Amino acid sequence: MSESALRAEQTHFRADQAHYVADLEETPLATTDQVDESAAPGGLWLEAWRTLRKRPLFIVSSLIILFLIVVALFPDLFASQDPRHCVLSNSLGGSTSGHPFGFDLQGCDIYSRVVHGARASVSVGVLTTSLVVLIGGAIGAVAGFFGGMLDSVLARITDIFFSIPLLLASITCMQAFPDKTVTVVALVIAAFGWPQVARIMRGSVISVRSAEYVTAATALGASRTKVLLRHVLPNAIPPVIVIATVSLGAFIALEATLSFLGIGLNPATTVSWGGDINTAQNVLRSNPSVLLYPAAALSITVLSFIMLGDAVREALDPKSRKR
Amino acid sequence: MRWYVGRRVLQMIPVFFGATLLVYALVFLLPGDPIAALSGQRQLPPGIEAQLRHQYHLDQSFIVQYLIYLKGIVTGDFGTSYSGRPVSEVMAQAFPVTIRLALLALLFEAVFGIGAGLIAGLRRGGFFDATLLVASLIVIAVPIFVIGFVVQIVFGVKLGWINPTVGPEANWSELVVPALVLGSISFAYVLRLTRDSVSENLSADWVRTATAKGLSRRKVVTTHVLRNSLIPVVTFLGADLGALMGGAIITEGIFNIPGVGHALYQAIIRGEGPTVVSIVTVLVIIYIITSLLVDLLYAVLDPRIRYV
Repeated sequence: MSESALRAEQTHFRADQAHYVADLEETPLATTDQVDESAAPGGLWLEAWRTLRKRPLFIVSSLIILFLIVVALFPDLFASQDPRHCVLSNSLGGSTSGHPFGFDLQGCDIYSRVVHGARASVSVGVLTTSLVVLIGGAIGAVAGFFGGMLDSVLARITDIFFSIPLLLASITCMQAFPDKTVTVVALVIAAFGWPQVARIMRGSVISVRSAEYVTAATALGASRTKVLLRHVLPNAIPPVIVIATVSLGAFIALEATLSFLGIGLNPATTVSWGGDINTAQNVLRSNPSVLLYPAAALSITVLSFIMLGDAVREALDPKSRKR
Repeated sequence: MRWYVGRRVLQMIPVFFGATLLVYALVFLLPGDPIAALSGQRQLPPGIEAQLRHQYHLDQSFIVQYLIYLKGIVTGDFGTSYSGRPVSEVMAQAFPVTIRLALLALLFEAVFGIGAGLIAGLRRGGFFDATLLVASLIVIAVPIFVIGFVVQIVFGVKLGWINPTVGPEANWSELVVPALVLGSISFAYVLRLTRDSVSENLSADWVRTATAKGLSRRKVVTTHVLRNSLIPVVTFLGADLGALMGGAIITEGIFNIPGVGHALYQAIIRGEGPTVVSIVTVLVIIYIITSLLVDLLYAVLDPRIRYV
């Protein structure tokens, strides 16, 4: 028996004491007692942030994404060569000084095209995700919060859009637009991509709707709209943020798939990874490296959004945090 | 249970009409005149043009066209493509190939996804688990057309183990490698789903009880852990069958497989509205029916669902 334990026994088992009373330090209350009450209350987001910033998965993926955003905003900082400046005599040339990835079939600098392709992917991803969260979030929140007839009607509409696989719907829809810009691609994907967010938002709103603080706000005379916007939505949003992060990667992959099929972004006006992979397939057997670089850039981008989504999910979901 | 089945079937009806109308509208409300496309550079004589428009009901209003089309679907008549070939014939040729491909992919996902997921879940945190998690993340992140090309080049061209393209008959054996490519992403999802589900159920009360009763580890894992863990996995697999058939368009393009995705892509490129609508409609119907079956299966596997 250690010295401290011996002393604890001596101090506590006195004749006038019927029960053993543990020191405060030995009880679970100790942690509660150590909470600094003067500090500002943290809440879910601060708590999540504290968990997140210690996780390597989060640090790595968010650094990659930050880098990607900088590249998308200022590609000229990273590649001085114009991605559309192509010299046919360089066609399929290997890497030389100043052109580390070599040249593609048209004699364009692959490194420069990979750098400049980031903008198309990132903007399609961000724009589509914002649209999807706006449309799906609004429909899901209204359906979940007001319930009744409105919920049934909105749920059926959601089911209808959900029943058409996203890839099929976007392929069919893209045909209608002769001018295939980033905005068009984002609108088309978002038009059929929102049901998943709507379903998750609806479920989350329903689970928050019956919380005590919502009843309290209603009892204090807050209007329905105010209760929804001020009290329900902020607390129902975490699962939507998780799905939005993961979807952002998926939307980037979908845009690349459409461009790969030749019905996505117009290759004549927009430099995109999917479009470059599409042109690379013709010379794939002799020069795999032409495919390798845009494909690697695309995969790393999608991967980092999925990893970020995973990390955020674990931070926001207390059930998985315990383990 | 009867109530649940009835309600789900009733809910399917508006979805069926809504989805078919949506697909129809997508193709036919979009700009582009099929008759003009058919005649090419030369102007058709007005009489022939009017006759063609009448034959394909293009002179009717949109809703009437849709209803005529719907009547066709119910009676199994999918119309003729603008090139004169019955659409049902096109589909009868393409669908068996894609069904074979999708079933092979599903089998691969189920067997290897559940198997690897179970081992990873039982050894959570171990080396095998960590490796599989990283590998599955990479598979999910790399777009399917990149996986397809890499497999085609490495195994088809460089090593010569498989035929880089599939022949017109598309036998089962030829479809194995394309099916692995098609199912790769879902395989990663099945693996992660099984792993999470197994490792969660391992700490469940009934598993502790089963162990305390003195059952062998093997018995506990197979009858208590695995069975309960499979509920979400089975629903995922069921819903995936419809998604696989729709997603086959990429894989079929790469390996030159004469399936539904291939036919659909050709029809889109040529602007053949009726063929596009028919194929997408059939795919959507398959998707709706499989998700209905999955929901019913879910209710059988997990009785709690029926009362929600």
